[in-house]
Amino acid sequence: MAEVDKQALLQFLLRMGDNTLILGHRVSEWCGHSPVLEEDIALANTALDLIGQTQLWLGYAAEVQGEGKTADDIAFLRDAWDFRNVLLVEMPNGDFGQTLMRQFLFDAWHSIMLGRLMKSSDKTVAEIAEKASKEVAYHLERSADTVVGLGDGTEESHSRMQAALDYLWPYVGEMFESDDVDDAMAAAGISVDPASLREDYDALVCKILSDATLTIPESRFAHKGGRTGYMHTEHLGHLLATMQWLPRAYPGCQW
Amino acid sequence: MKNEWPLWEIFIRGQHGLSHRHVGSLHAPDAEMAVKNARDVYTRRNEGVSIWVVEAKHITATAPGEKGPLFEPSESKVYRHPTFYDIPEEVGHM
Repeated sequence: MAEVDKQALLQFLLRMGDNTLILGHRVSEWCGHSPVLEEDIALANTALDLIGQTQLWLGYAAEVQGEGKTADDIAFLRDAWDFRNVLLVEMPNGDFGQTLMRQFLFDAWHSIMLGRLMKSSDKTVAEIAEKASKEVAYHLERSADTVVGLGDGTEESHSRMQAALDYLWPYVGEMFESDDVDDAMAAAGISVDPASLREDYDALVCKILSDATLTIPESRFAHKGGRTGYMHTEHLGHLLATMQWLPRAYPGCQW
Repeated sequence: MKNEWPLWEIFIRGQHGLSHRHVGSLHAPDAEMAVKNARDVYTRRNEGVSIWVVEAKHITATAPGEKGPLFEPSESKVYRHPTFYDIPEEVGHM
């Protein structure tokens, strides 16, 4: 590990942990509001899985950072510009269909990424990926089924799912962007070049969206700036205000 | 109620070797989603190793009103309980 650039490793871990943290929080916003009780519980389970994975990623990030911080410190005491999640996961929930489309587009990437990370040269990364991959395999199965069910459902559910796909598709490309951090991680065998996931991703997503009778937008334009922290959407700040107010208003509070 | 999903009865096997037990019911659009919903609703605390789902309409049940003719006659037939036999010690626990 001595030869691995600690800053690059830290950035990589923040990217993984911030993705699951922000999406986990977003999904938890449905708790008590879902269209049916069964979906409410299922979404809460997904949110809890993602928050659990966040504890592992950000816990390791805190260790690598070596400043005596905890996963909680990293999650609750950073500001919007410090977050390294992709823009897709901070997009608002919209209607139930938009939430499930966002979930599917992320789950597909997440499951492929974790599959690669299970072979990471970093033992801790491989162990986190191993544990998370079982949870994510289920998330993907569930979100894919729901996307097909609603896409190939009624006229209304179909049009809502197509609208969700049109809205979210420009946020897919960012998951496959590469920079110096990715190069360093790939060179050390800790992670892989995100661009190398695209082929598997397209195959999986095309299959499911075609079963769902939905049309993938032609434009490959991709919004970006989340995983580098260059520029998040306006939505992240609002999310953080809700998520972070308690530990910020009452520092160190416990119950 | 046309827009309601059908009702499914859920059976969970807690451990290998035990039989499935009825744990409750839920709504789902089809059998596959019923299994998934059952997983999310009834096995969150590590309760199961296997799930069965049956759409409630496929279960034929006895009517509470028929309780008398169906079940009361067996109340007076104590000889159906094998409690009148002397079991030799050597047989051990049966």
